[in-house]
Amino acid sequence: MQPVSGVLAYALHNEGSFHRDSLGAVSEAARLASELGEEAAAIVVGGDELDDALCASLGRYGARRVYRARAPAGLAEPAVDAIASVMRRGPYRYALLGGGLLGVEIGAALAARLGGGVTMEVIEARLTGSGDLVVLRSALRDSARVRVGYVGRPGVVIGRRGAFAAVEHDGSSATVSDVVHEPSPWANRARMLRRGERRGPELDLGQAEVIVAGGRGVGGAEGFRDLEALASALGGVVAATRAAVDAGWYPYSAQVGQTGKAVSPRLYVACGVSGATQHRVGVQAAGAVLAINRDAGAPIFAWADMGVVGELAELLPRLIRALSAAGDATPPSLESTT
Amino acid sequence: MLVKEVPDPGVPKRLDPTSGRLDRTGARGLNPFDAHALEAAVRLRESAIPPVEKIVAVTMGPDGAARVLRRALSMGADRALHLSDPVLAGSCVVATGYALARVLERERPDLVLLGQQSDDGECYAMASIVGEQLGMPALSQVSRLELAGATLRCERQAEYGYDLVELDLPAVVSVGDALNEPRYPSLKALVRAREAPVETLSAAAAGIEPHRVGAIGSHTRVLAVAEPAARAPVELVDGSHPEAAVERVVAWLGERGLR
Repeated sequence: MQPVSGVLAYALHNEGSFHRDSLGAVSEAARLASELGEEAAAIVVGGDELDDALCASLGRYGARRVYRARAPAGLAEPAVDAIASVMRRGPYRYALLGGGLLGVEIGAALAARLGGGVTMEVIEARLTGSGDLVVLRSALRDSARVRVGYVGRPGVVIGRRGAFAAVEHDGSSATVSDVVHEPSPWANRARMLRRGERRGPELDLGQAEVIVAGGRGVGGAEGFRDLEALASALGGVVAATRAAVDAGWYPYSAQVGQTGKAVSPRLYVACGVSGATQHRVGVQAAGAVLAINRDAGAPIFAWADMGVVGELAELLPRLIRALSAAGDATPPSLESTT
Repeated sequence: MLVKEVPDPGVPKRLDPTSGRLDRTGARGLNPFDAHALEAAVRLRESAIPPVEKIVAVTMGPDGAARVLRRALSMGADRALHLSDPVLAGSCVVATGYALARVLERERPDLVLLGQQSDDGECYAMASIVGEQLGMPALSQVSRLELAGATLRCERQAEYGYDLVELDLPAVVSVGDALNEPRYPSLKALVRAREAPVETLSAAAAGIEPHRVGAIGSHTRVLAVAEPAARAPVELVDGSHPEAAVERVVAWLGERGLR
């Protein structure tokens, strides 16, 4: 039997559209498959909302075939069951997932089920001359990058958020086929009671020029008032890390980081933010990063441009006063700075 | 309970350029996220509905990793199991999950708890791999946990907002740091934990097939380690003199045209 080398991408969806990182995974699968002289396929898992037109739209990102499995959306297990079933029967050597929480869960369990290898936080994937996949992944809170190869089959690739660009071509469509899979005995022991609840007003952090973000070190909801004053002095908006949002100090809609929105401000002020990798990934496009944290060992000081080791309660009121006063008194500098 | 020894956050971490493995020298301690998992286990026992029979802490790693088990004992674990064997060195994440699952299944747990992440980023995947190996539902990055009889209600932030998921026990759950505030162990508990026994298991004793772990049993191979492109070092200002620090920050913002 000819060894198979096809590439299958999982596409996550909600409310009638696919996740951007999933479209990136499909595009990347198509790129790799074409180098291998194979066809890329995508797999989707969900209910009636997955109509033919929606599934076929993945053809615009390079999938030639789309497998559709009817099972609850948003949970890992049904997706693992469906993907494993397709990979066992079909000509697929590699599975690609776009990352995020569900991508990691599905990819990890899939590798365990099929006895394959899995890599995560993948920034780049490429093929060797002999058609084997090698990935570049980030490790140790981004302080190292590692090239990893797969031993045996299959290989599961979980991209870092935003690592694979969605590349759209007009006019291409995909063949949609339904797959029937055997659910694993424990698949119905996890049930989605409520999915994708949004909390708080919608904010457009993606467009903000200046973002003042608060993390666990802010200490509570009242601490965010100083952040709001600082944001207003700088003409910016307030954001919060996942830890601060989960603690109920600031609304979900203001969350930045890997599971929040990716942002690209000219200035990012991180207050009491430890700066773990997941947060860093979400703000990597920021122009300049100013970090204020009482813990000199906080990881954020490894990637900030300017850091102040000290107490927010002492520093922020003074900074707000200084900025307000400076804004009133001094004309903008005409000196060129680089 | 799965716990893991990680480098002290203050110690710079590096990968050995030849083996691609984490350089394990330097001060080490309990993965901070595992402390939240331990706290969750202790709180479940305190709420006592249904009664928690026993909290067992399990780790895998070289000899020194037993330190984190003592820490777990001081925080409320009743027993500690240390899976330690040279054949395990260099296991990929799937092989590690397989080995841990073999130890866990001996204990017949109703709930396996672990921290959602550690420095190497692979812990995000561990709950799913262990769940798959044990044939249990798994959920990761949980920020709220409620036990009612034999079902567990878990809230977490997923791609599209907050999800509420119900799991039937037995199950595997990884938790985030918003779940709770871990307590500090009392002096008495620390002393007791120092003297408490830690059971050590070899791979063979745990029923681990040697060809499925270590470098030979791994499904991925590190080919090269590269440092990311260096960036300009951070300018650090001492904030214990707030007036001077603020002056410097305002000047820095001005230099960049950011105010």
